[in-house]
Order: sequence, then structure tokens, then C-alpha cells
Amino acid sequence: MNSGDVAFMLIAAAMVLFMTPGLAFFYGGLERRKNVLNTMMSSLFIMGLASAMWVVAGYSLSFGGNNGGFIGSLKWFCLNGITFEAGPYSATIPHLAFVAFQMMFAIITPALITGSVAGRMNFKALLIFIALWSLVVYYPLAHMVWGEGGLLGSVIGAVDFAGGNVVHISSGVSGLVLSIMLGKRLGFSKVTYRTHNIPFVILGASILWFGWFGFNAGSALAANGLAVHAFVTTNTSAAFGMLSWMLIDMIKEKKPTVVGAATGAVLGLIAITPGAGFVPIWAAILIGAAVSPISYFCISVIKKRFGYDDALDAFGCHGIGGIWGGIATGIFTDRTINGAARWNGLVFGDYRLFLAQLLSIAITIVIAVAGTFLCASLIRLFIPLRVSAEAEKAGLDLSQHGESAYPAFNGLD
Amino acid sequence: MFKVEAIVREDKFEDVKSALNEIQVHGITVSQVMGCGKQKGYPDHVRGTVVDINMLPKIKFEIVVSSEEWAERTVEAISKTAYTGNHGDGKIFVYELLDTVRIRTGQHGPAAIY
Repeated sequence: MNSGDVAFMLIAAAMVLFMTPGLAFFYGGLERRKNVLNTMMSSLFIMGLASAMWVVAGYSLSFGGNNGGFIGSLKWFCLNGITFEAGPYSATIPHLAFVAFQMMFAIITPALITGSVAGRMNFKALLIFIALWSLVVYYPLAHMVWGEGGLLGSVIGAVDFAGGNVVHISSGVSGLVLSIMLGKRLGFSKVTYRTHNIPFVILGASILWFGWFGFNAGSALAANGLAVHAFVTTNTSAAFGMLSWMLIDMIKEKKPTVVGAATGAVLGLIAITPGAGFVPIWAAILIGAAVSPISYFCISVIKKRFGYDDALDAFGCHGIGGIWGGIATGIFTDRTINGAARWNGLVFGDYRLFLAQLLSIAITIVIAVAGTFLCASLIRLFIPLRVSAEAEKAGLDLSQHGESAYPAFNGLD
Repeated sequence: MFKVEAIVREDKFEDVKSALNEIQVHGITVSQVMGCGKQKGYPDHVRGTVVDINMLPKIKFEIVVSSEEWAERTVEAISKTAYTGNHGDGKIFVYELLDTVRIRTGQHGPAAIY
């Protein structure tokens, strides 16, 4: 046991938790005024629900034992049997510290989905969906990528340092599916939805960036050189993501936008997540610089072409960013940085990791699509997924929560 | 020249705006206001304590049209769209105007409305 590692991991875990309210601000600021509380609540309540589920069964199902490479078992139901001794996933920190750190990932991942369905989902349906989705999609994916004997990690040999697959691709794709199942917001192509609080977007993006150091560096599970490496790749990718988007804005609109800069930074963070502890720092430059144009294209061209209402671009950012990050990890991984990777990336002369990455991304997408469709279809049999037209027009803050965010301010955004 | 002032529910804002556009009435001013009528408020709860609120948020449309015929058309469009049948649907007031001026060109009267 190493007290430096333990201290670092606890702090990292707290930083990752802080990302969820950061996400609430990021999404809340992007959404219309009348839905801001609902948008933020959609992230906030998961801090409660996902924590509760994790402690009872989530950790055990994700990391406890192995069933066919797909899911764990209930051997650690209610964390029974988990001690302060170093656990199977790390030699220098108590098992319980690993549990706590991973719990924060189980909280933020479903919160990312809520961005796609902002403004029209029945909150009760969302609550039940998040619970089911955690069971059907998140725990299996966490097991498959990080759990012992997991299909994607242990068997296929794909790598995912901090959750490009488990967190970003899964939530982004699930958000897309759910947004299609819910349908578009009223007046989608006619009404301009203004970002109602850009300072919130800045605040949210900043908290996310800060917390991401815990997310990525903490995934080294120790206060060591690998954590430092992940720290630097994370920041570098974010920086180039931001600059890249600002450049696109300058070219297209002649002015760099705040929302664009914030989005670009978050995209850089998303893209480096699977490779933070595997790729060289110069690769982080390329990964961050490339993710913004890719995502920009997806949001401005592909979304318009297909006409789906991914309201806050959860798929456009997390889905696409995660997919690019996973592929880039297959290109740039250097085993001398982290021997946990079985093979080198393409630029270092091996194609096997690249193929493993593609395969694991494809499997992740399939699971996310199938799982989301299943959960939402099941819920739909009992309660409506979407709010009524009147409730949508009145705003979800009023109709779902009976609260008003800024009762004294006037404004029509 | 007539001014139509309509106070409607917040969630009817988009619908009334579309309805006005459909009858070719394009010059409108919208503001968010607070007000009450016979309802005089409704009981609300903040962390379990009952709070009395008298002012309710509404949307006010102000539309200037060139003739009584246009005013009637506007009033009818708004009435139909903003109706729900519940208390709080709002009211419409019609004023006769003394003058209208287009600032850019300096025109007076009905010519300034088109």
C-alpha cells in the first residue's frame, strides 16, 4: 500500500465526481431558459441514483468475477467482502478506493446521454431509463473493457485507458438512439434555440477540464509517471481541440465563439480519454487538433442531412469524439509508455491493436444501440417517454419539477 | 390605424407568433410581463411551506395595423390560437392610434406601417 497513491486516487475520484455537476452547467447553459433546471437535474439526480446502484450491485456486476466475458457476478453484493486490502485491480491502493474511483465514472456516463434528449423527455421515464441502462449497457461494457476476463479488454486486446468506449461511445450512441426514439423537439427546424447562458457553458467546460485530470490521470490508479503522462496528454489534447475549433470558427464565421472554444476543449478531452496513458504527447497534439473538425462536420453537416435532434450534441461530441479517440489509440499507442497494451499502434509498426480497437468500437456501438432500444421500448409500454406538447411548450422546469430557474428575470430565450 | 395589445399565456407564445405570421401580420413587439386577473394568485410550495403568489408571468404582444378590418383579423387570430378554456387565457385590447412614424424614412401615417 502506498499512501501517495491512495491520497491521489481519493482526490482523483472527487475530481471526477465534480465533473457531473460541471456537465450539468455545461448542458444547462446550452439549453433554453425554460428547460435549464430539468437539463441540470438530469445530470444531478444521477449522482444519487448511480451511486446507490453502484454500491448495491453495480461494482460487483462490473468488476466482480466473470461470466462469459460479458458481465461480472453478484459476489460483492453491497460491497460485501471488499476490504481496505489492495484489490485485484491495483496493487498499491485499497480495493475500496478503486470501487470509489470507478463509481464516479458510473455516475457521469449516463449523465452524458441526457444532453441528447434535452427539452422533451418525461423525467420519470428518464429516471427509470438511467437505472435500466446502467444495468443493461454500462455494467456489461465496464466489465468487457476493464473487468477481469472481459471480452473487449482481456480477450480481444483492445485498450481504453480512461473510458473512451465505456463512457463516451456508449453514452453518445445511446443518446442518439434515444433522441430518435423520442422524436424531434416541437418546431425543430423553425425555431432558433438560443444558448441561454454562455457563462454557464464556460463554467461547465472549465469544471470538466479540471475534473478530467482526475478522470485520465487517475486511471493510472497510482501517483506515478504514467499518471503524469496522462495528465499532460489530456491537457495537450484539450488545448489543441480548443484552438482547432477556434480556427474553424474564424474560417467559417470570421469570429471565434466562446461556445465553440469551450466545445473544442471538451472534444479534445473526450478524444484523448481512451489513449491518455498509451499515446505519446506529440500524438495528443494530433488527436486534439483533429477531433474538432471531425465533430464540427458531424454536427453541422451530418446532423442536418439526417435530421435527428441530438439536442446538445451528445452524439456529435461524445459519440464521434470517442470513436475518433478509440481509433487514434489504435494508431498511436506506444508500448514503451504503457506495457498494458498488447501491441503497438499503426505508426509504430503493428496493425493488430488497430484492428482490435475497430472491433471493440463496433461491439460497443451494437451494445449501446441494442441496450438503449431495449430499455426505452420496455419503459414505453408503461409510461410515455416524451412529455405532452403543452408541457413542452410551457417548459420542462415548470411541467416536470414545478420550479423556475430565474423567477425575477425577464427574457424570451 | 389601430393597436392590438394581447396578453396571453407564456406557452402560447410560439403559436400566436405563427398564427400572426399566417395572416400576414408581420410587425409585432413582444414583452414578458407579470400580471393577474380574477384568479388573484394560486397557492405554491417552497420546501413544504405554502407561499401566496399573485403575479403570474404572461406574454404581451403589441401589434399596429392600418385599418379596423386588419385589427379584427388580428384579434380573431389571437383569440383562436391563445384559447384553452381555462382561467388565465388572457385579454386583448384595441386602441385607436394618433400617428405612426418610420424612423428610417420619416414617413407618417398608414404608409409607415407596411
